Amino acid sequence: MTMAETKKTDPNEKPRIGVYVCHCGSNIGGFVDVPSVAEYAKTLPDVVYATDNLYTCAEDGLTSIREGIRKHNLNRVVVASCTPRTHAPLFQTTCESAGLNKYLFTFVNIREHCSWVHMKEKEKATLKARDLIKMGVARARLLMPQEEEKVDVEPTGLVIGGGVSGMTAALSLADMGFPVHLVEKEGELGGFVRNLNNLYVTEKSATETIKPLIEKVKASKNVKLHLNSQVKSVEGFIGNYDVVMASKGAEDIKTKVGTIVVATGALEFVPEGLYGYNQYPNIVTLTEFEILCKKKSLPSLKNVAFIQCVGSRGQKVSYCSRICCNVAIKNAINIVDNYENMLGLAEKNGTIIDTVPVEKKVPDEILERRRRRRGRERGEEGEAEEVKLGPSEKIEVTVFNRDVMAYGVEHELTYNKAREHRVKFVRYTPENPPKVFMEGNQLMVSYFHETLKLDRSMPVDMVVLSTPMVPQLDTREMSQMLKVPQGQDGWFLEAHVKLRPVDFATDGIYVCGTCKGPADITEAATQAAAAASRAAIPMAKGYVQAEALTSVVDDIKCSGCGTCIQVCPYGAMRKNDKGLAETIVAACKGCGCCGATCPEMAITMTNYTDAQLLAEAKATLEEV
Amino acid sequence: MEKSVMVIGGGIAGIQASLDLADKGIIVHLVEKSPSIGGRMAQLDKTFPTNDCSICILAPKMADCFSHPNTNVITYAEVVGVEGKVGAFKVKVLKKARFVDETMCTGCGECLEKCPVKVPSEFEMGLSNRKAIYTPFMQAVPRVMTIDKENCIMITKGKCGNCKKACKREAIDFEMKDQMLEIEVGSIIVATGFDSWNPTTSTEYGYGRYPNVYTAMEYERMINAAGPTHGHIERRSDKKRPTKLAFIQCVGSRNPQVGHPYCCAVCCMHSTKEAMLAREHHDDMESTIFYKDMRACAKGFWEYIERAKRDYGVRYLNSDATVQENPENHNPIVVYDVGGRQQSEEFDMVVLATALIPRKETLELAKILGLKADEFGFLESSDRILGMGRTNVPGVFLAGYAAGPADIPESVAQGSSAAAKAVEAMALAGGA
Repeated sequence: MTMAETKKTDPNEKPRIGVYVCHCGSNIGGFVDVPSVAEYAKTLPDVVYATDNLYTCAEDGLTSIREGIRKHNLNRVVVASCTPRTHAPLFQTTCESAGLNKYLFTFVNIREHCSWVHMKEKEKATLKARDLIKMGVARARLLMPQEEEKVDVEPTGLVIGGGVSGMTAALSLADMGFPVHLVEKEGELGGFVRNLNNLYVTEKSATETIKPLIEKVKASKNVKLHLNSQVKSVEGFIGNYDVVMASKGAEDIKTKVGTIVVATGALEFVPEGLYGYNQYPNIVTLTEFEILCKKKSLPSLKNVAFIQCVGSRGQKVSYCSRICCNVAIKNAINIVDNYENMLGLAEKNGTIIDTVPVEKKVPDEILERRRRRRGRERGEEGEAEEVKLGPSEKIEVTVFNRDVMAYGVEHELTYNKAREHRVKFVRYTPENPPKVFMEGNQLMVSYFHETLKLDRSMPVDMVVLSTPMVPQLDTREMSQMLKVPQGQDGWFLEAHVKLRPVDFATDGIYVCGTCKGPADITEAATQAAAAASRAAIPMAKGYVQAEALTSVVDDIKCSGCGTCIQVCPYGAMRKNDKGLAETIVAACKGCGCCGATCPEMAITMTNYTDAQLLAEAKATLEEV
Repeated sequence: MEKSVMVIGGGIAGIQASLDLADKGIIVHLVEKSPSIGGRMAQLDKTFPTNDCSICILAPKMADCFSHPNTNVITYAEVVGVEGKVGAFKVKVLKKARFVDETMCTGCGECLEKCPVKVPSEFEMGLSNRKAIYTPFMQAVPRVMTIDKENCIMITKGKCGNCKKACKREAIDFEMKDQMLEIEVGSIIVATGFDSWNPTTSTEYGYGRYPNVYTAMEYERMINAAGPTHGHIERRSDKKRPTKLAFIQCVGSRNPQVGHPYCCAVCCMHSTKEAMLAREHHDDMESTIFYKDMRACAKGFWEYIERAKRDYGVRYLNSDATVQENPENHNPIVVYDVGGRQQSEEFDMVVLATALIPRKETLELAKILGLKADEFGFLESSDRILGMGRTNVPGVFLAGYAAGPADIPESVAQGSSAAAKAVEAMALAGGA
């Protein structure tokens, strides 16, 4: 469609308003006396034309708007119909096609606000429709034409973090055809996954699994890799970020990027002071256990306990860390199925590491006897099941859990497999957590059996503590540099938890992977591709065009206090050379937070000026 | 030739994929089987863990998706054939006759009043009726009517035509024929969603036999202000409002006997939400949730459970549960097990968190496209670890529940992710 040249509207020209009242078939017409409302509209100040349409949105309705603009030389248009959310763009385009600046159009909703909510009160609904139109007209009289600002977007991306998320995001952007800077603070790619032994659903080592990804990233012509580097500063707004990267032993690199993907990952919580960690031997975290597996340094073990939710779900942190149950299950199956190849390697390879000394074991016969005795004392029938060792008869694995978070298809099936392989799952409540202690030389776990309502204890060779992921230590610093928010628990906070999972509220910056909360490798990689998709949008378009509903700062009134910069949720306010506030139009969403908080009343919103809003309010309070 | 992609399925995953592609300047053909886009999310009352109104946050996306200059939304249509390969697929789409001219109909609804035929509404889970000419729900996109030819007496018996008389815009055309469209695209995204399992065959829950046993999807519609009871929670047996509700988890899921050994990944959360909403509707509502494991394991989810316990008085009982009935007052009796002892408790209403299963039609589509499905019917990714959504067919990608249990944000992320993968594939193929 070719746009007609928008005619110049002289702001001082007397308003000539046209009002179109829609029946919406019987949707409005059935509950509001539409013709009488249109007649009433004709009596309002500066209204030169008013009519009713069966459907204003149908082609004949739109034609009547175009004709009205031409025939009656209208310079403001009011449509009273349904919701602006679905129909404003249609009517705005129609006005533009007849040569009227789209900001000289205003919408009045008499469907949701009148006919739908007052279905049984036709008279009152009609009166309300008249009032709403009166307000709309009062506002329309003060509307000003606006020009939309178009800002070019630098078609280069920046990805912060070289783990699986960051690499996936960078590679996706690169494969979509955009040059991208990938910044990793460590000397090599891979992130947290480098600690892991294998990933669930595959027996391949974690390192082998991500190797092709690392190779692709390194081979990609579009990826500029910055290892041992950190982002030092970021200034600017969507499409135009000036970035400074600092590398160890090299000069700072300055570059310009259009969009930024944050993929800085997470840390594992260190359970200092919990369950004998760092106090007794052979107590490790889940990741330390993975490292031992990976380094083939596990001592020989006959009895392993995993304790889930160490520090999470309302203890040190409030949340559930999502992946630990499944990681524990994976490791439990690994050692049960593969004990010969995994355990005792510490002794065999002579690589015993200091933090995990191997304790002297109680001889098997004694253990066995002790167990039998315990079973009999409680009067259990026959041989208690626990007397038997694992399927291999050589190793027993117990997972102490609160709820097993084996969500979805594969995790649940793996959980079932673990039970088939006789990994024991013992439920505990937060009021009655298991206890880890030493009995002589023997590491012990005692627990309260919820079904039998009995305290029990068992000797173990190793205790693995499943602790939650926690945000990186520099998350706050990063959030301040990028002007993006953190949630209550310190994770980066996305724009909307349901519908915008990888966007920040600030346009042009996106987030993926474990820096926004616990996720497994598959979920992180999916989020990363999603973030790449989002980041590619402004770069593919090549420009951003902001609606001309933004804030404007009055230089004369502004004192440069900076309050507006702090309250802006979109990072759209900044200080100019004179130290005064300035709106970054391309980033502004027109929410009005800055205007509402400005102590000097120096900020107004285009087409939501105080004068316009007061005129609306006055109109409704006036006696008819 | 311009780059173009076909998205199959107009739920939240398909909508997100379409928007991400269209915003990149790619032409999108979105094919939706039902008369409106919106999918399952449109049926939900609120969404966890923020209790946002589901349709209120979805409707703007539906409108954006439909009115985007780069999208061609084809509703009431199905993919029936595919040829070619990545960069140059030829897709056959059967556009079913809706007997209403989409360009003329404004969705005003005057025809509805005149239609004499009543049919159980699919959207309302059969809890209320629609007409033979209908839009599935108030915020349907496109907002045009559809005549269901199985039930329209003008089409089946040649008698009536009331809707045609009522339509002031002459949009109704009883002669309309199905149309076969052939569309060329460079890539295809499958996002066909899920179905809710019918628990009638698992007699231990009494669904279909005891009137006051509901499925979660029925309950979602019932508590919705725009739903069949206008948001009033009421019992099938006597229309009275219940005060004591039981929610039973894992009905048909985590259950190898009925063929769904997997966990549906969303039910712990939606049942918690539903229990909270009952209390939001009325202060005297008491809810008990019978669960196996409380799988509240994404951002803010565990906190949501804690809030349900603390602020909404929701009681959680870690037990399997089955249902019997007190025949005198039709009160369901939940039989459960705590500490190895069987117990029972009478409730006013029971809500079953039924298994969510892949759609049957998805398997047919998989055959057409040459995709692999797992033993349960979920479509399989070729690289399960790093490339979820990539399939064994180059240029064909997956998003949302059709590829395995996923909640809304995961489906949205998968939609965006599939969009990126489709663009990458077309760039690599260099065509279409």
